[in-house]
Amino acid sequence: MKVLEELKYSKEHEWVKIDGNKAYIGITDHAQHSLGDIVFVEIPEVGTELNKGDVLGVVESVKAASDVYTPVSGKIIEVNEDLTDSPENINEDPYGSWIAVIEISDMSETEELMDANDYERFCQEEE
Amino acid sequence: MLKKEEKLVFELSVPGRSTNLLPKCDVDEAEITDMIPDDFLREDETCLPELSEVDVVRHFTHLSQKNYGVDSGFYPLGSCTMKYNPKINEEVSKLDGFLKVHPYQLEETVQGCLELLYKTDKFLSEITGMDGFSLQPAAGAHGEMAGLMIIKAFHEKNGDNKRTKIIVPDSAHGTNPASAATVGFDVVEVKSDERGGIDIDALKELMSEEIAGLMLTNPNTLGLFDENIDLIAKIVHDAGGLLYYDGANANAIMGISRPGDMGFDVVHLNLHKTFSTPHGGGGPGSGPVGVKKQLVPFLPKPVVEYDNGKYYFDYDRPLSIGRVKSFYGNFSVIVKAYAYIRTLGADGLRKVSEAAVLNANYIKEKLKEYFHLPYDRTCMHEVVFSGQWQKEYGVSTLDIAKRLLDFGYHPPTIYFPLIVKEAFMVEPTETESKETLDEFINVMIKIAGEAENEPEMLLNAPQNTPVLRLDEARAARKPVLKYERGL
Repeated sequence: MKVLEELKYSKEHEWVKIDGNKAYIGITDHAQHSLGDIVFVEIPEVGTELNKGDVLGVVESVKAASDVYTPVSGKIIEVNEDLTDSPENINEDPYGSWIAVIEISDMSETEELMDANDYERFCQEEE
Repeated sequence: MLKKEEKLVFELSVPGRSTNLLPKCDVDEAEITDMIPDDFLREDETCLPELSEVDVVRHFTHLSQKNYGVDSGFYPLGSCTMKYNPKINEEVSKLDGFLKVHPYQLEETVQGCLELLYKTDKFLSEITGMDGFSLQPAAGAHGEMAGLMIIKAFHEKNGDNKRTKIIVPDSAHGTNPASAATVGFDVVEVKSDERGGIDIDALKELMSEEIAGLMLTNPNTLGLFDENIDLIAKIVHDAGGLLYYDGANANAIMGISRPGDMGFDVVHLNLHKTFSTPHGGGGPGSGPVGVKKQLVPFLPKPVVEYDNGKYYFDYDRPLSIGRVKSFYGNFSVIVKAYAYIRTLGADGLRKVSEAAVLNANYIKEKLKEYFHLPYDRTCMHEVVFSGQWQKEYGVSTLDIAKRLLDFGYHPPTIYFPLIVKEAFMVEPTETESKETLDEFINVMIKIAGEAENEPEMLLNAPQNTPVLRLDEARAARKPVLKYERGL
């Protein structure tokens, strides 16, 4: 399982890359691995306002469909349209395949996220 | 024959070959171009296959032989109740009086059909402890939708418009949240406790005046009976919500316990599961929805009533949610379920459930040494294992399922319920003999041994099927759904 030092992580297995007040959000290597081959990604609409914990999108694999939750509140300012045609990008490069970018409305929420070490430990405990 | 790959009917085609032996044309022939305007004439060839009669018959016979159903073998597909469909049901449903009627016939000419609908309503009410059924819904999820519409109509009638949310456990069938969303509810998930039942504290926390109801399958999708059902019902009712019973697993409880007595207000049953009507291939299904007294006025209309020696359709139901299906549901399926109930009687139905539960527990005990059993307690009609032990050897539950194909079995349900990792769910049903169960158990033990000692047997499975391991991800991502010449 790959974990990147520079990212933050949620208990629902999303990763967050914080860039100023923008948050790039995707699902972790651990998440893509347990889902298996991803065959469909439902991406949100630009402009949608979301609260922390709301459904950001859906990833569907040959095994199951899973909701992706936003770990931070804010407005969606960009989505990764490429995933509609190439959902396999998430399997091949989970940390390169962000699903959406959110303009963070409450920066304090990012402090509740796990760093790489904590996330790795969290995954081991969950096993 | 099973192993041979069958070509497409287009690939079998030979130009000029045909089965037509028509008499000579005895009218003057006319060119099609003289009769039909150019705009409407086809420009390309029709691309219809050209075959002899025997080629056509063999082609479709081969395809039918590749089909796998309960009539060909053991079908332990958990949560689906793939029980044997007694042939007497088919005979009965083909009686002229049932087969050759029309839905627009006058009531007095179809009294027998109406009587059957009326009595099926009464039987299902007795079996589930409800006060009335609508037989219209055509499938389980359709029954869920109708049931939730009834719950919604009930709250609206009471001016209780704040109730916009439905609680669904994390172990639920995917249809539950989908049906709730279809009807316009927001879905709230409640987690399971370590015994596999609803987490009572989590449920209490979720209850509010916004909750319209709770959907529950009992026994649940882990094959476990939620022993706290009385308490759960009290918590939901005290907060003004209603309880919905997903009857997907009703095969475990007939004649033993009743959703109505457990506190449920609405239930649906799957006649194509519990009541032995055909399931695969589109069935068609039937998902009657039943309710407690206070909800009867909201049932879909018409319902069949009886008065003064006459059966009739009652349309005078102002609170009804309306029709949910054309005419009166899948009538011939209801006839088959009626035949099943009458054939077995009350004692017989109880024995069905007892045998279904016994069979599942037999498999559980025989296999728990070989496969991880995440919830080790007496199960109901199905048992959920996990392939986690086999993961150590580099094989997954998917590989175990694929290997079962080599032994001629339909694999169990895999990767469901979602709360069990590497889940596989075995539901033998009551109609399987001890010999059949033992054969399956032995094959599973053999596969567990292979997983440890020769994992490639699983990783390369199946080998005895017309096509080998399919690329399911590519099939889902880039499906080829129609034949194209030269492709």
